[in-house]
Amino acid sequence: MRYLPKSPAERALMLREIGVSSIDELFSHIPAEFRLNRDLAIPRQMAESEIVDWFRARAAENGTGYDILLGAGAYHHYRPLVIDALISRGEWFTAYTPYQPEIAQGTLQAIFEFQSMICELTGMEVANASMYDGSTGAAEAVMMAMRLTGRHSAILARSVHPEYRQVIATYAQYQGLPLTEAAFASNGRIDLAALDAAITSNTACVLIQSPNFFGTIEDVAAIAEVVHAKGALLVVAIAEAVSLGIVRPPAEADIVSMEAQSFGVPLSYGGPYAGVIATREKFVRQIPGRLAGQTTDRNGKRGFVLTLSTREQHIRREKATSNICTNQALLALVANIFLGVYGREGLPQLAAQNLAKAAYARKTLGAKATLLFEGAPRFNEFVLQTSEDPAEISRRLAAENKIIGSLPLAKFYPELGNAALWCATELTSRAAIDTAARQLRALEVTA
Amino acid sequence: MSSEHIKTSTHISQDEGLIFEHSSPGKKAYRLPPLDVPEVDAAAELGNALRTAPAALPEVSEIEIIRHFTRLSTWNYAVDLGMYPLGSCTMKYNPRVNEVVARLDGIAGAHPYQPQQISQGALRIMKALADQLLEITGMDAITLQPAAGAHGEFTGVLLIRAYLESQGNPRKKILIPDSAHGTNPATAAMVGYQVESLPSNSSGMVDLAALEAEMDEDVAGLMLTNPNTLGIFDEQIAKIAEILHRKGGLLYMDGANMNALVAKARPGDFGVDVMHLNLHKTFSTPHGGGGPGSGPVACKAHLEPFLPTPLVVENADGTLRLDDTHPHSIGRVRAFFGNFGMFVRALAYIMANGPDGLRQTTEDAVLNSNYLRKKLEGTFDLPYDTPSMHEVVFSDKLQSKLGIKTGDIAKRLIDYGFHPYTVSFPMVVPGALMIEPTESEPLEELDRFVEAMKSIAQEAIDSPDLVRNAPHSTRLSRLDETAAARKPILRWKPETK
Repeated sequence: MRYLPKSPAERALMLREIGVSSIDELFSHIPAEFRLNRDLAIPRQMAESEIVDWFRARAAENGTGYDILLGAGAYHHYRPLVIDALISRGEWFTAYTPYQPEIAQGTLQAIFEFQSMICELTGMEVANASMYDGSTGAAEAVMMAMRLTGRHSAILARSVHPEYRQVIATYAQYQGLPLTEAAFASNGRIDLAALDAAITSNTACVLIQSPNFFGTIEDVAAIAEVVHAKGALLVVAIAEAVSLGIVRPPAEADIVSMEAQSFGVPLSYGGPYAGVIATREKFVRQIPGRLAGQTTDRNGKRGFVLTLSTREQHIRREKATSNICTNQALLALVANIFLGVYGREGLPQLAAQNLAKAAYARKTLGAKATLLFEGAPRFNEFVLQTSEDPAEISRRLAAENKIIGSLPLAKFYPELGNAALWCATELTSRAAIDTAARQLRALEVTA
Repeated sequence: MSSEHIKTSTHISQDEGLIFEHSSPGKKAYRLPPLDVPEVDAAAELGNALRTAPAALPEVSEIEIIRHFTRLSTWNYAVDLGMYPLGSCTMKYNPRVNEVVARLDGIAGAHPYQPQQISQGALRIMKALADQLLEITGMDAITLQPAAGAHGEFTGVLLIRAYLESQGNPRKKILIPDSAHGTNPATAAMVGYQVESLPSNSSGMVDLAALEAEMDEDVAGLMLTNPNTLGIFDEQIAKIAEILHRKGGLLYMDGANMNALVAKARPGDFGVDVMHLNLHKTFSTPHGGGGPGSGPVACKAHLEPFLPTPLVVENADGTLRLDDTHPHSIGRVRAFFGNFGMFVRALAYIMANGPDGLRQTTEDAVLNSNYLRKKLEGTFDLPYDTPSMHEVVFSDKLQSKLGIKTGDIAKRLIDYGFHPYTVSFPMVVPGALMIEPTESEPLEELDRFVEAMKSIAQEAIDSPDLVRNAPHSTRLSRLDETAAARKPILRWKPETK
């Protein structure tokens, strides 16, 4: 086996040194009836070339070269080439959690930079090293709010990503944390009056997403006022991180849970992605996950370590803020590199291109469909209602035009009828939008 | 960075600043293509949702980005550089073919919501991995959704709770041996269970009498790592399962140490009801400096109705689809389908090995650990003489008499060119040195490690300060973790603020 660095003679020598006559002797304390005395029924050992061929065939079945008009929590942005050039260095991807800071300063400094950038982007004061993704990060943020307030219920906006809400429901079910839903108004934003009425003295937090699942940007300041007036915390989820280049940061939030996939992480059929939680300094002792902090060595030189770990499972066990251990360090590094590439000026310009493409797509596609949720600002997504089932439109766009179309919303929002969620990013070409519009138009005429 | 600061360092790469410290207005590392649609007036489009002050991100050029992250990388130790015997973490070789296939366009570029007729390749990968993991574990059903080991534990304990609830009583407690990872008790608490610690016996295994005494109708299950964190396979496993099952409890196996069992023994054959795997440990997906991982959960048939959705199922015509009609499901534990990119890598690893390669891998992992044990026994105290599997745990008992602790030995090991073992864990061994070489170490590397450990043991006698002040070869000396926690500095701040 080509990954194993031993000759048969070396194995024999080692067995002799250990003082056993065969390798099976080292497994002899596993009761005989549980020892597997046959080959596993899995495919035979394959050559590297065969493995590459097999995955190329699977990649071809998935199709390549499609234009993508779909977001919904997973965004198709350009990935600067320096990202893979850098993260392919073994020093980055074959290291583990920086438990030994003297030989992990690269990882630790990169985490520190990532935390700093997330604070700058979100308007928060501290950020952690990463969470699994936006959905689990949102769940952890809600539980964090429960610990901070000592209150035991939470309100989730119905315009939060439906799968995020499903994950939060899974997390909350045995925490004694009943969840209720806050409706959206006709402009796609949260219904403020209804929200105000729904918050009780037992509401730990209100979770919103902005831009929300429909692409609509929430009025975070106004919501915060309502939420804070009742002593609850405001948790803001962000699924499309590029929006922060041009959209006002949710600075009035108490906790921000962000999915950083948009910052250079490939779509990769839904994962791995990179969540992150940011909050106010005064709440740092309740933040889940790892934190890198600055310190000095014995000679006074600046260095970085994992810190405040008394919050974490390996110290606090069942009293920890979370059970999270392995997180998404390499993808936080990806985000760090991506943000270095675009920087202070580039991220706003990138976001502006998204805004322009989405505005064009909304106008072009919207000409023969009903645009839902008018009257509130949007970033790069929008919802269209068609007379035909949008799943059928998506199927045809894929088959005839090599376009991955919209996400039909019937499964998540039956009340919206034949509605679908569309997205345009800087990578969406005008030609693809025009082609999609022609399909839509043709369908509308025959409808 | 002041010019004085630069002059005092031997080489600039020895003192790479923060990326922010290279920033200067107007530098850039990007160029956007011209827009092919009309520009929009952002202020008109967004109104008061417009961001007025840009985030203080760095402004740097491409060469500075390459140098910055390359220089930082040289401060990291990694599997690619040498032995990384971090116990319970299974720091094995990360094959390059894994990285190549995970980056193929049709794989890395697949959108999770793209129509299923153009997702057949992705679904086929998930199905193939699921099938092979079931054969490897001897279990009946599996979800790939959990994002890491701890997330898998959470999913597994939720399955236990859902199953018991369906039987009429979710019960109150989860038993956890005192040698367990901290994630186990933290997980049980997240699922609303009280944690009851179970003592180990003098062989480092579960104390059966204590288990018998604790086990009653309030106990939902036991979370057992097997082999446990002492590297010991609990040979009473069948009895343990029997005690639990007799009173209606379930056996959860933490699969963190599955690298000791693959192709040699299957948890499904020895009474385990539900378990997780760590693809980033046993199945070679890279640790990435702390993730991403992946923590599939496999279970027996009686827990299958409760698995998270969606699941990949086969249509009559042989094509695959995602099915979320699972009425008793515990729900989703993550958006989309899990860390798909890790599934690709783990499957490539299994294909590269085949049944014979996986068996040889496990045998070599156990061989390496026993070789180290044999060579270091006597130099270091071995608290349990029970046979070792893939890792061996020593204690610093002999050295601590000289004032040298496991943490000191670990730091000195850095000077010899190795990553330290896991320090002070498991907690049942005071001053533990938890060593897991994995199968990836050649004999010569093991011999160098043995030599280094023996040399440090001698230094503990001859020149203890050398050990106590280690490391001496790194860019930074020991870092002040107390100060970091007392007055946390968790971010860089722009000077103008």
